[in-house]
Amino acid sequence: MQTKLKVDKAVKAILLVSASFSILIVISIFVFIFRSSLPAFKEFGIQGLLGELTWRPANGMYGILAMVVGSVMVTLMALVLGVPLAIAAAIFLAEIAPRGVQAVVRPAVQLLAGIPSVVYGLFGMVVLVPLVRRIPVTGNSGYGLLSAAIVLAVMILPTITSISEDAIRAVPRSYKEASLALGATHLQTIFQVLLPAAKSGIGAALILGIGRALGETMAMIMVIGNSVILPAPLDNNPLTVFLSQARTLTGNIAVEINYASGLHASALFATGVVLFVLIMLVNVSARAIIHRGNPSAG
Amino acid sequence: MKKLLIALVLIASLLLAACGASEAGETLSITGSTTVQPLAEKLAEGFMSQNQDVQIDVQGGGSSVGVKAAGEGTSDIGMASRDTKEEELNQFPNLQVHVIARDGIAVVVHPENPVNDLTLDQIRDIFSGKIVNWSEVGGPDAAITVVAREEGSGTRDAFMELVMGKDALIMDNAILQSSNGAIRTVVSTTPNAIAFLSFGYLDESTKALSISGAAATEENAANGIYPVVRPLNLLTNGAPEGIVKAFLDYVFSAEGQATVRAEGYIPVK
Amino acid sequence: MNVPDITSTNAMNLAEKRSAADLRRRQAAQKLSFGLFWLGALVVILIMLVVVGYVFITGFKSINLQFLTTPPKGGLSGEGGISTTVITTLYLVGLILAISAPLGIGAAVFLIEYQGQTQSGGKFIRSLLQVVNFGVETLAGIPSIIFGLFGYALFVSTLKFGFSLLSAALAGACLVLPTIIRTTQEALLTVPVSLREGSLALGATRWQTISKVVLPAAIPGIITGIMLSVGRIISETAVFYVTLGGSYRLPKNLFSGGRTLSLHLFYLAMDTNAFEKAMGTGAVLIVSIILINLIIDLISRKLSAGVRLHQ
Repeated sequence: MQTKLKVDKAVKAILLVSASFSILIVISIFVFIFRSSLPAFKEFGIQGLLGELTWRPANGMYGILAMVVGSVMVTLMALVLGVPLAIAAAIFLAEIAPRGVQAVVRPAVQLLAGIPSVVYGLFGMVVLVPLVRRIPVTGNSGYGLLSAAIVLAVMILPTITSISEDAIRAVPRSYKEASLALGATHLQTIFQVLLPAAKSGIGAALILGIGRALGETMAMIMVIGNSVILPAPLDNNPLTVFLSQARTLTGNIAVEINYASGLHASALFATGVVLFVLIMLVNVSARAIIHRGNPSAG
Repeated sequence: MKKLLIALVLIASLLLAACGASEAGETLSITGSTTVQPLAEKLAEGFMSQNQDVQIDVQGGGSSVGVKAAGEGTSDIGMASRDTKEEELNQFPNLQVHVIARDGIAVVVHPENPVNDLTLDQIRDIFSGKIVNWSEVGGPDAAITVVAREEGSGTRDAFMELVMGKDALIMDNAILQSSNGAIRTVVSTTPNAIAFLSFGYLDESTKALSISGAAATEENAANGIYPVVRPLNLLTNGAPEGIVKAFLDYVFSAEGQATVRAEGYIPVK
Repeated sequence: MNVPDITSTNAMNLAEKRSAADLRRRQAAQKLSFGLFWLGALVVILIMLVVVGYVFITGFKSINLQFLTTPPKGGLSGEGGISTTVITTLYLVGLILAISAPLGIGAAVFLIEYQGQTQSGGKFIRSLLQVVNFGVETLAGIPSIIFGLFGYALFVSTLKFGFSLLSAALAGACLVLPTIIRTTQEALLTVPVSLREGSLALGATRWQTISKVVLPAAIPGIITGIMLSVGRIISETAVFYVTLGGSYRLPKNLFSGGRTLSLHLFYLAMDTNAFEKAMGTGAVLIVSIILINLIIDLISRKLSAGVRLHQ
């Protein structure tokens, strides 16, 4: 008995150590990336990195504002393109689709989730970019925000769909029955009862989608053009801003890390810090909003 | 649970066994410039066919990584497609530079582009954004899409030095790609694109322009008619010894230099 | 006397008519919107078919036994097959799981099974649980390129592992750790409390209960988590792009570099003109993802069948 209890204690200690690893990793990721970015922050200050548009390492200019704008813009565009479709698909799967149809749609969504991002990037390069290039605007190369946003919209769709579907399914059956008994149609029930009740889950789905969009790297560098510019309209039509090339924070790191040394490398780690902070901000603020809207939600 | 653990341990030990089993021969690691990489890959294949027990790992990463890897000893040999910088030589004073080939940098366009020749000034103006339409240089009325390598690339550094000069910068709107291959892919699929590309990457998917009448060929580059040429270097920390020396000897042998020529670069011997 | 009655009947008729019209209108709106939902689902399937179909059709030509069994060669030309990249991928999957599975499962067991025990451990354990949960949540949200950057800074540069299997495996293990912890947690939660109580009541220690009762019951869920991680590793590129080096030769030991399937696809697409081979590699990747999805599906179907039996 004594030895058994000793084993118990030992195991508990081992498990405790393995549990601590996750927090250890978080801390070391932060420490290492932050430490490596310190030289750049010391040299240029937060203002010099985050407040400047020009990224020209050869000339000692390391502004990453254009990349922040690029990342945010392409993410927002992907949300606009992808979210309606994703939530429609979720409602369809949870409420409307007959069993047989579900058995076709759900694996399709699952497969979309599993396709490697390089495959999406390649598809974007050889299929989407030439299509987008057909839009007759001077200076439109096909590589740019629009192509990237379409690719990204498809990539975040499965995440948002499957989590939203779960959220809608998790709404107690009695809500739906009560609404239908009161004479509401199925459609009214969906929009006025189920969706409001599932809003915290759908919110969580959106956050994960945003996180995935902000963090996507390989597919982005393959289709967005990687130019370090503030996206701007190509001609008098303001809509052509969507055809502008851009660079994302993730792309900045992946494209240049292998060639960088010294301050340049440090500035790339600073890019990583900004990305890290941006994603933490999205997560924390969105979680706060969800909790305020629905205090009962875990 | 136990089964799972046992399975995992088994997998791990199998892996280690598999990894360990082939440990017999010697390994040589080469890291660095993506421009030199394909050439080094070919040379490695040639060397390995003569020395069966040697395995050579050729990794990309870029010229700066190559210099650093050789200097810090994380790789046996570094690759660089540009001259070694002063600060790098200060950091790694034992670094030895071996010029294994010379490489021209071609200015390439889409194969269907009717333009065949540009002057150095025109090229500079196109890449800096002063000339924005192909009609200004005798082509069709279409906007020019400038494609370039990213900051830090050896090819870009060499192009900046040899073509752009001190004052001109590559325009901000340029599409940037992180390897020669990616540049070639973009140019071959973008009708109005222009870019600079290592000679080793030239094929029918892009069209190399002549510069002021000098065609982008190895002969012209070798006898100085073609103006944009830079060295391809292998770097070692200290004098090469043992297998590293054997490999370098092979590179400078008649067979090695024949491979250099066959791959579209200019031999040094 | 009858007059108000008549009017009220009239009013009722009117109301009935109105509500009938309203119902018709509402039903028409519903039909229209449901049509749109069907359309949405159709678009999703179409997207899937177009992407997968394109990759398969263009890649199919290059897939044959030779493609699968010969190593890549010829540097830029994109000659050769994919055999070494398949093996490297398997190596990496094995290594990453060997690191992350024990850690992740252990962490999940601790988080779930020792939750109720906080009194004995006191404040320390309680706050530790909170901190760990926060850690897992944060890890799950970190984009893969950050894991790559971390791996590059710590394993490749500082610890001088270089571009190697080891660096990539350690960075990759950090990447999939939250997946394994989360799914194991969920699997443990589905094990009924009564099972644990029964075992404890029979005099088993907590560890005996966990190892002999709880974990066996949670195995299908844990395997699902591991399969999800396998899928994640196979399709991951960004992390390995900056930690694995990219040499397409078979790794000799933990310190050799290598190239996984998806990395090979990236290099083929970006560095060579071998588009068909890139697509062929993409098709192989998609097929393996489909297989993994099927396995997960099978497990979860078995799992739900088991649950039904229990009830």
